[in-house]
Amino acid sequence: MQITNRRIFLAFFTLVLVFPFFLEGSYALSIATFAGINSLIAIGLCILMGYAGQVSLGQAGFYGIGAYVSAILSINFGLPVVLSFFMAAAASAISAVVLAIPALRLKGHYLAVATLGFGEIIYVIINEWGPGGPSGFGDIPKFNLFGYVFNTPLSYYFLIWITLMLVMAFSINLINSRFGRALRSMHDSEIASNAMGVDVPTLKIKVFVLSAVYAAFGGAFYAHYVTFISPSSFSLFQSVLVLMMVVVGGITSLWGAIAGAIIITLLPEILREFKEYDILVYGLILISSLLFFNKGLVPIIIERLKKGYKGT
Amino acid sequence: MSVFLQFLFSGLTIGAVYAMVGLGFNIIYNATSIINLAQGEFVVIGGLLMWLFSESMKLPFLISALLAILFTGLIGLLMERLTIRPVKKKDLLLMIMITIAVSIVLRGLLMFKFGKDPYTYNPFTEGDPINIYGAYIQQQTLWVIGITSLCIILMYLFFNKTMLGKAMKACAVDPTAARITGINVERMVMISFVMSAMMGAVAGIAVTPITLMEYDRGPMLAVKGFCAAIMGGLGRGRGSVIGGFIIGILESLTAGYIHSGAKDAVALIIMLIILFFRPAGIFGSKTIIDLRRF
Repeated sequence: MQITNRRIFLAFFTLVLVFPFFLEGSYALSIATFAGINSLIAIGLCILMGYAGQVSLGQAGFYGIGAYVSAILSINFGLPVVLSFFMAAAASAISAVVLAIPALRLKGHYLAVATLGFGEIIYVIINEWGPGGPSGFGDIPKFNLFGYVFNTPLSYYFLIWITLMLVMAFSINLINSRFGRALRSMHDSEIASNAMGVDVPTLKIKVFVLSAVYAAFGGAFYAHYVTFISPSSFSLFQSVLVLMMVVVGGITSLWGAIAGAIIITLLPEILREFKEYDILVYGLILISSLLFFNKGLVPIIIERLKKGYKGT
Repeated sequence: MSVFLQFLFSGLTIGAVYAMVGLGFNIIYNATSIINLAQGEFVVIGGLLMWLFSESMKLPFLISALLAILFTGLIGLLMERLTIRPVKKKDLLLMIMITIAVSIVLRGLLMFKFGKDPYTYNPFTEGDPINIYGAYIQQQTLWVIGITSLCIILMYLFFNKTMLGKAMKACAVDPTAARITGINVERMVMISFVMSAMMGAVAGIAVTPITLMEYDRGPMLAVKGFCAAIMGGLGRGRGSVIGGFIIGILESLTAGYIHSGAKDAVALIIMLIILFFRPAGIFGSKTIIDLRRF
């Protein structure tokens, strides 16, 4: 990890550890936990879009696969939750390969729409044939590890955010590795990176799988946290939300993905006082942030900081 | 046989709407290479405004229809002016996101004005359904199909016989070259938004008496209409019309013979198959695809 990244990382990690002690009540903690789950998915999409330059409007599909597979395996087959987590990630990875191989030829709009179609198909499947159909199902066991059950909001908060920090450390190292450099070169020019010896098709499949696995883990964490899931959490709107998180935070910054996830998760809470107007205010905020801050918050802040630094 | 015909007719009805939405996509895509995911909302706005003018304000039928179409066109205009034109660097992803955000705002406005209930009004003509080989076809279905056909013919004439239409086509092929020949590209983009909004409104007005209309119908309509556009080859008007009808009919046959819940997956699965194996669409040629800017 680079030094600046390491500093940000340590500062953020400390913040994460201290933060819950300033919160009052389990409700705020649960919002923070959701923000962590969303960050996980957003980081995956950020690597896929910001670094590899591939568009996905179907992250909710992988998120849904993660939640449903893990929940069903742990309930119906009595698998330990940790094991069902990894099975869910594997299922999501396999579906990502199945989607990515034919999608390799697609670019731009076509890729966006193909992934959107994939997400919607998963939604229709879980809506029609998932346990409980459209109304979903409950009694999903809480996450447990070595006999310890994470059943308090505080323990789950730490579980999510510490996992997230590990994933973040992994991701930062990944994008600064040979793999990450190959991704960025592919983003700039597929032909050039191919000529430099980057195996573009395999790389695309790998990065799709990576983002699908992140989303699946997010889904599994979600399922074993709320213990009740229904298809409506995995609709197209969820894919759009994840996309919004990445774009609002800044598509080329992993920290931006976390910032975006936190903002988008908090927004409905802040807008609660608008009651039924919330969807309207929500849309307006999104449009204005897209129009005026379309580089994303974190890159803009970094730019400002650098300018200020030069000025003094 | 009569059951099959019945499914066929209901497929044609919904297919006509998909065809219109697909056409709307193409109009905007051709002029701007933007995929407007708020296209479905135009249909909903058309239907709900028609209810507002004809049922709630008791205006005469034709006046309400005209008003509904004009107002929806105005919304298209505002959308272009406020959210599309100000963006200097028209990045593909950003534009998709903006149209999604616009659709969220429109849905919010619709919910604020109309609530979550479905609305309907009387069909254009009163009368018993027509019996064709044992299948019943509502008169409104004929209206929907007739109006769709009329729109398609008008579109064809517009793009091939009028100066304005030809100028818009030129923008689609190469905006820079179009600008050099003196075409006001910005104006063409604006007109494309107004036209496709009005097109959506027409579809909404025609179909609401059959399918009812509620505020959140938009996204699904947009996705299906988009499948139609992809099927026919993005940017090809006639292709998307045929694609719309094929999707509508297959959907209704699936719902009838296989499983009613599977119908929403049909359009998407067809779309994925086409994207993966024939991205130019069933009627598209390879060269057309290569010409498009990504």
